[in-house]
Amino acid sequence: MPEPADPSSAISGMPSLGELFISFVVVSVSGFGGALPWARRMIVEQKRWMTTEEFNEAFALAQFLPGPNVVNFSVVFGSRFGGAAGAAVALAGLMGPPLVIVTVLAVLYAQFGDLEILGRILTGITAAATGLLIAVVGKMALPLFTKRWSWPQAIAILAFAGVAIMRWPLPWVFVVLAPVAVALAWFKPAKKFPTEAIKATKATKATEAIER
Amino acid sequence: MNDNPLLAIFGYFALLSLFAVGGANAAIPEMHRIAVEVMHWMSDRQFADSFAIAQLSPGPNVIIVTLIGYHVAGFAGAGVATVAMCGPTCLLSFFAARTWDRFKDAPWRIAIQAGLVPVSLGLIAASAFVLARAADKNIYAALVTALTVAVASFTSVNPLWLFAAGGILGLSGWL
Repeated sequence: MPEPADPSSAISGMPSLGELFISFVVVSVSGFGGALPWARRMIVEQKRWMTTEEFNEAFALAQFLPGPNVVNFSVVFGSRFGGAAGAAVALAGLMGPPLVIVTVLAVLYAQFGDLEILGRILTGITAAATGLLIAVVGKMALPLFTKRWSWPQAIAILAFAGVAIMRWPLPWVFVVLAPVAVALAWFKPAKKFPTEAIKATKATKATEAIER
Repeated sequence: MNDNPLLAIFGYFALLSLFAVGGANAAIPEMHRIAVEVMHWMSDRQFADSFAIAQLSPGPNVIIVTLIGYHVAGFAGAGVATVAMCGPTCLLSFFAARTWDRFKDAPWRIAIQAGLVPVSLGLIAASAFVLARAADKNIYAALVTALTVAVASFTSVNPLWLFAAGGILGLSGWL
């Protein structure tokens, strides 16, 4: 067996636009198990375009910004290696295949969604998919809610109540809660809580998949 | 609000994309509020089905907006919804990528992230709540959900098996 690549070693060359595109197509269709582990494997271990540290830093930015993390990451990564063209190519590679697949599924659903048999199957799948999401929430909430109570728990509960129970529009809830939460984080930093605490929690394969 | 559904789709999703802290899963309740409650584009059931189909597909979960867009306005709707949901944050990412080195260690950047993490946790919990209400219409469906929570939390089984099990139980007519 060949020696596995040392991820901490220097990066190797610049990917061409074609390579960027193909790589993100592969990440995209590798699907289950989450796109992030696949992106890391490809970029850090196989192609060695980035060191682990560089990868983590680029991903931290993608998480910091609003919107889907993996989509943001494709733009951050693509722009680093190919400017605007690189960003566009990486994004197209990531979104292209699922866009085609989902559009086909949407057409089929529009055609056959009323069929009783399909409805029954989807009912079961939806129930399972909901369970997966609840497991993700549990995994994220556990490290926070087993700590001494402080403002982060209150903010999380208020965000939940405002959106899920009161059914207020997300932008309103956000505009009120986010500045308060950020001010609290500024003046009263919760020791050892921040993002790292949540991200470091061990994810099961199933909960990773739904966080794509 | 607007007679042209494409404009409405674009406006709602472009705005939503900027508030989706925590990714696509955090935006589910707002998508549901707009698509089901405000605009009456689809039923509760159809929304829950869309979520399931998006989960079954490879690629980022944000692809659920493509399904909603298609449901409202066909191929054009699918394209417009996808561009609206990804466009603004992709532009942000593009410009932030150039300045990230300058502000990544700034105290304000760290405070923003620390403040937003509990917000996004609350939002994702709200997603689970909204979906459970749409998906678990009877005790048996709720049971499947509860079982999935247990299996996903304590084992490392591939989620495709969980979807398959749910689908087969549904097909058998138990749900």
